[in-house]
Amino acid sequence: MSRQASGMRAWVFQRVTAVYLLFFFPYLILKFVTNPPADHVALTAWLSHPGVSVGVLLFVAALLLHAWVGVRDAVIDYVHPIAARVSVLSLLAFALAACGLWALKVVVLAQVAVV
Amino acid sequence: MITTQNNRPVFLDLLQIRLPIAGIMSIGHRISGVAMVCVIPYMISLLDESVAGPEGFASVSETVAGWPFKLFLFLLFWAFMHHFLAGIRYLLLDVDIGVDKPLYRQTAIGVLVAAPVLALAVTGVLS
Repeated sequence: MSRQASGMRAWVFQRVTAVYLLFFFPYLILKFVTNPPADHVALTAWLSHPGVSVGVLLFVAALLLHAWVGVRDAVIDYVHPIAARVSVLSLLAFALAACGLWALKVVVLAQVAVV
Repeated sequence: MITTQNNRPVFLDLLQIRLPIAGIMSIGHRISGVAMVCVIPYMISLLDESVAGPEGFASVSETVAGWPFKLFLFLLFWAFMHHFLAGIRYLLLDVDIGVDKPLYRQTAIGVLVAAPVLALAVTGVLS
């Protein structure tokens, strides 16, 4: 997509990820309200279920992408000096990437704990 | 790259803008979003610790049972419910639902009122 259309792409990403989050968050809340994992075994069994682990990883990816577009919008509105803007956005990108890898580690760890 | 060349007027002084009710709801959407992003590492750390082993699970269970965490959870759910409901409202606006005046204002008020109520309900059920 051309550079001129990058705002459009961010707009679409924000909405596509929003729709996934719209369904996954209620699932998570309902799961923890109706049937919270009672112990470590139950938690890792739930998290290592194929549907749940893939769903959670997709959720983390959607959440971080949604967070990136949203905070980037706020930074662009309120941080004007270009050096500060690039610094803040770089820091944000690294922090979100780190969160994604960390969550991936936790999901893999749950898988290992069950085996 | 990120800079724009045009000279369109931009006025973003938060202390001088007098917001209508939909504007208050809108800035709430942004504030709740940024606040929740700040909480992401903490939530992953809780999940990490509880997945790491039975001792970690017990430690996290103890943390989340305490009243400071309940208060934190209420505020988090308030931010979440606000962001969630306002987000649905924006998606509906995208497909031209609720764009006109009485509904536009009413749904904004609805989001502002329903969010803390739902947050309290969910926090109560989880307790």
